[in-house]
Amino acid sequence: MQSLKELLYKIADDQLILGHRNSEWTGFGPLLEEDIAFSSMAQDKIGQSYALYQILHDLGEQAPDTVAFMRNANQFHNCILVELPNGEYDFSLIRHFLFDTAQALRFDMLAESSFQPLAELARKIKGELRYHTLHANTFIKKLGSATTESINRLQQSLDFALPYALGIFEESPYETELIAEGIFAGEKVLREKWIEKTEDIIKQTSLHLPDWHTITPITGGRLGQHTEHLQPLLDEMSEVFKIDPAAEW
Amino acid sequence: MYGGGNTFEGIQTESLQEDPEKLAAFEARIDRGEKIEPVDWMPQLYRKQLIRMIEQHAHSEIIGALPEGTWITRAPGFKRKLALIAKVQDEVGHAQLLYSAAETLGKSREAMIDDLITGKSKYSNIFNYPAYTWADACFISWLVDAGAIVNQLANAKGSYGPYCRALERICAEESFHLKYGHHCVIYLATGTARQREMFQQAINRWWTPMMHFFGPADKISTHTQVLMKWKVKMASNDDTRNQFLDMYVPKILELGFTIPDEKLKKNPETGRWDYTEPDWEEFMRVINGDGPCNKERLEVRRIAEERGRWVREALRSSKTAYVTPLA
Repeated sequence: MQSLKELLYKIADDQLILGHRNSEWTGFGPLLEEDIAFSSMAQDKIGQSYALYQILHDLGEQAPDTVAFMRNANQFHNCILVELPNGEYDFSLIRHFLFDTAQALRFDMLAESSFQPLAELARKIKGELRYHTLHANTFIKKLGSATTESINRLQQSLDFALPYALGIFEESPYETELIAEGIFAGEKVLREKWIEKTEDIIKQTSLHLPDWHTITPITGGRLGQHTEHLQPLLDEMSEVFKIDPAAEW
Repeated sequence: MYGGGNTFEGIQTESLQEDPEKLAAFEARIDRGEKIEPVDWMPQLYRKQLIRMIEQHAHSEIIGALPEGTWITRAPGFKRKLALIAKVQDEVGHAQLLYSAAETLGKSREAMIDDLITGKSKYSNIFNYPAYTWADACFISWLVDAGAIVNQLANAKGSYGPYCRALERICAEESFHLKYGHHCVIYLATGTARQREMFQQAINRWWTPMMHFFGPADKISTHTQVLMKWKVKMASNDDTRNQFLDMYVPKILELGFTIPDEKLKKNPETGRWDYTEPDWEEFMRVINGDGPCNKERLEVRRIAEERGRWVREALRSSKTAYVTPLA
């Protein structure tokens, strides 16, 4: 049971935190259409995290609002990539591409999970994520082959983000158990699929990927070890909620 | 949201002599209730005034997204957070629709946004005020949107096809915003003492800007009369303000809140609301740039435009052809 909960928490936390970051683009996008796109993805991701926390609640954990709004940074198991500030649009786009490529593949795998509530939810989420990867791939291909500035910006952000992106696949202490029970086929398998997919898209642009062996993954997020960026995000998120957690808003 | 009362001053009409036959045919179409479409002949004053009006409305949508948008990351609980993102996203979508409608009249989105940033064109004055608390965001969602719906339902009966069609879609979405805003306020009203107090303070802060929202009493000039005849302007500012008070003052009082205007009451003889004139000097001062948030709002917009320039340039340089919208 602990292995399943751990898996659900890390996926839900990823979705919530990146959803929150995406929502910060509302009103600030480089063009209205992108503003709208990031808001849409924020809604999907936050909605997905809610559904995952709901499964956890059914397994005996606290209610979704309490879990999302009352925990501290060291209780979150999201990967570090999603908590980094939005920065410029090039970083947000690259993160969106790297993360959602992994997430789409992860939910494809989870759709086959032996834990039925998760498999059912994953089949629904897969459909939503298809649009996220479609969006990411379209913009990576366009901007990754357009002007010198757009190519340089995307390349720099890609180089910066890759060590964090490999941190997505930080293994949980329960990896063997999850694989053995058929709940999730494991981070190693996911990572291989992700590398293949990422290479396939980047190949169609003027961007390039370094040799994977030269990158040291930045990990710790799955164990609750975060950067200085996560706690302020959580403080902001819970600012009103914590005025009176017993109140209904 | 978020279109407020429009200001109709300031367009020079001397040079706008029109062909009398074409003008008569145009006016006859409007009298018959027909819609004017982008390819149709129209008087220059009609075109200019519509561009100004739709553009102001579009700007109000994107600037209006800012005070509420700051509460997305702080919304209390999943339900509110999801609804507020969706709502603000709708508003940005409205801007997109409206810029497209205005583009059919011959001004590009880029030119309109440039005019917004340089302060040449205006937006709804109410967004120059800050949303200090969650209750302020709730006030905007419920009552500012309510005011905007009053205006927009009137304008949706206007004569310019693309604007009317955009407004019909916008009003359908706004009705959900109104429900969301009202729902938030009911929870504050029936919540703890602190929650009630938060919303009372929001009313106290926002009442004057809300009264300003519909614009100053219209001067009955020939100019205004022509615009009403052409169904560009559909209702007087006082009429829309009165309609708003009629619909929403009882609802606010019903929830047990007070409104900071001792004179506010419905006059049984005229059937209209008596109220203290809001400070119109403040209104003029704020609309001309000296409000609590004018600089910040435009600065945010300017920075967003500048930071996004490389993206727009890159998109233009790739093989994507620009298509003139046909609203």
